[in-house]
Amino acid sequence: MALVLTEEQSMLRDSARGLISDKAPVSHLRHLRDSKDETGFSRELWKTFAEMGFSGLLVPENFGGSGLGCVEAGVVMEEIGRTLMPSPFLSTAVLAASALSRGGSEAQKSAHLPKIADGSLLAALAIDEGAKHRPLQTKLQAMRSGNGFKLSGAKALVVDGHTADLLIVAGRTGGAPGERNGLTLFLVDPKAKGVAVERTVMVDAHNAARVEFSNVEINADQVLGEVDQGWALLEGVLNIGRGAVASEMVGLSEEVFGRTVTYLKERKQFGKLIGEFQALQHRAAQLYIDIEITRAAVLKALQALDGDFDHASAAVAVAKARAGTTATLAVQEGVQMHGGMGMTDQFDIGFFMKRARVCQELFGDSNYHAEQLARMKGY
Amino acid sequence: MSDLETFRRETRAWLETNCPPEMRRPMTSESDTYWGGRNAKFSSEPQRVWFERMRDKGWTVPDWPKEYGGGGLSPAEHKVLREEMAAMGARSPLSSFGIWMLGPALLKYGTEAQKKEHLPKIAAGLIRWCQGYSEPNAGSDLASLQTRAESDGDDYIINGQKIWTSYANYADWIFCLVRTDPTAKKHDGISFILFDMASKGVSTKPILLISGYSPFCETFFDNVRVPKSNVVGQVNRGWDVAKYLLQHERAMISGTGERGIGRPLGQVAADSVGSDDSGRLDDAVLRSQIAAFDIDEAAFAAVAERAVDLAKAGQSHPAFSSAMKYYGTELNKRRHEILMSAGGIDALEWESERSRGGARPRAWLRTKANSIEGGTSEVMLGIVAKRILDLPGA
Repeated sequence: MALVLTEEQSMLRDSARGLISDKAPVSHLRHLRDSKDETGFSRELWKTFAEMGFSGLLVPENFGGSGLGCVEAGVVMEEIGRTLMPSPFLSTAVLAASALSRGGSEAQKSAHLPKIADGSLLAALAIDEGAKHRPLQTKLQAMRSGNGFKLSGAKALVVDGHTADLLIVAGRTGGAPGERNGLTLFLVDPKAKGVAVERTVMVDAHNAARVEFSNVEINADQVLGEVDQGWALLEGVLNIGRGAVASEMVGLSEEVFGRTVTYLKERKQFGKLIGEFQALQHRAAQLYIDIEITRAAVLKALQALDGDFDHASAAVAVAKARAGTTATLAVQEGVQMHGGMGMTDQFDIGFFMKRARVCQELFGDSNYHAEQLARMKGY
Repeated sequence: MSDLETFRRETRAWLETNCPPEMRRPMTSESDTYWGGRNAKFSSEPQRVWFERMRDKGWTVPDWPKEYGGGGLSPAEHKVLREEMAAMGARSPLSSFGIWMLGPALLKYGTEAQKKEHLPKIAAGLIRWCQGYSEPNAGSDLASLQTRAESDGDDYIINGQKIWTSYANYADWIFCLVRTDPTAKKHDGISFILFDMASKGVSTKPILLISGYSPFCETFFDNVRVPKSNVVGQVNRGWDVAKYLLQHERAMISGTGERGIGRPLGQVAADSVGSDDSGRLDDAVLRSQIAAFDIDEAAFAAVAERAVDLAKAGQSHPAFSSAMKYYGTELNKRRHEILMSAGGIDALEWESERSRGGARPRAWLRTKANSIEGGTSEVMLGIVAKRILDLPGA
């Protein structure tokens, strides 16, 4: 398959870009932040997303979606990355939709997927527990109790957890932290007894929550996939999320870079445009090359997820690791080359730096994925 | 089944039948590369068989038109062939500056007579070419070259000196930049001309490098007589041809290295460094460096694939080969630094049986030229800054 977008994918990009740049430029995020908005994103805009078919992008057609793939989800994520639009797209349309359609029973799919597609259900994935993304180290206890389970433990960085109507929670029904066996995914109503959700406004003014579970009662029909065998499902969903976040970072990197190059062509010092200085030219050129390479690696991973899902892990690790280092470099160079103006809240560059930091941590930073790749390659 | 899938199936079957097993192993020495030419010798029977079978299909130059000895493959078919060859580790049957550099330039700028004369001989490996670009005082500033070509009836008389001429001592013909108008501005008085290295007045002298090898020569021209009909493109417009050719040269150099072939770097390192009980390399810092390298290498392979696909779709920037050249050569240098670090004391042996004549340190030193030859990394970044990013100045 050619490593370029198809005509249909390019059209999707154009329509996503049109909507997002029009309705949610960076000033949209700035306004939500400054007004301390309760939801932290625009529900109205999410409705528009649903009307345009974006929320159901990964939902199979027989459940009301368009049944498209990870490349298409990445196309939308990239546009989100350009303007830093806060939106349930990642949590609900990418992660939850993937988890349900890949692991759900017919009943679970029928109950939730059509609502994800029409924009009426928001969902969140609750995985991380410690300071770093270590899904295998999941400790949250899921004790057998009658016909079901009781959940006890705590989750952090639950993206959009503060508004979720449905939580997808990774817990341990067996095995010890570090083991694949014994992991199980559960569908949990956040309003259930024993669930405490604390909204955590993050450094990037995006939305997340800490969620505590104390003896939360779960029925057997709330298990997503198979008991004790949730790892493969979870790893697959996480890989889709990694590809999506990597795409967001490509969009973010390119936007920061574009703004920085524009600034190099406008700002004068020593009687010259600063873009005339070779010290800056070469750094800009290196960053451009890094972004182009990362873009290719990310598209490669998304195509792998759509084509040969079970063998996509290495390509995904490469993409997420590269996207993390590239975005980090892009925002650092962006602030540095904007000089003092880059340090001001008035300029948007800082928003990109903050978001890049969060994207790095989401579903494993560059170090995590380098480690994974080394293991896959046997050294 | 689509035509392309049929082509893939047939290609795979043909390669399985026709590529000798010996030609599916990673190359380990210089003699594993077949360069063709008047004095060429095959280093083994499988090398000969493989070359001749591929030549007969036109697959030494799969995407060239059939009338010039090529395979006439479409870009999509060419990609399939490359993928299938890579999948079985099949070696390139013929390495040639004629294929990588001169051919594309002739296809774009050559007259019909020039194409008919030279391209089939390149495709069939009959003539080995070298490149007369750099001069002692024209390196990064290539356009300041001084080798003169003075008009004499239907001929030019060429005098001057080239340097860093790869394998000039083995080459049959040269494609050469000469100054045909010394009064014009430096980019405007250059012509691109072809001539036989056996011509009277041509001499070469190999240059010993830090690797202990001499892949480059000094090349001297003393009243060399060349027909004017050997100029490619317009007289005094040779810089256009030169630049176009450089794009192909840079794309070629960016692919230098043994990417994706053979055992993973981490496992090669484990041979000498050792591993702990859980199979992790016994040097945590080196392990991190290798993982970072593997990530960048895989990403670079993706961009190389994408560059071809973008070109096919007519969406590529002509200066992008400079970006590829910069990154690919820096990556290859990193690879060899890692190999030296991983090899430790063993990688220091220069003349011994065990080290195969110091293959690893010599290869390491050779890579240092990657970011110099064909335009330095700094020149590449300058090109990207100006031509792609449109940054101001100079």
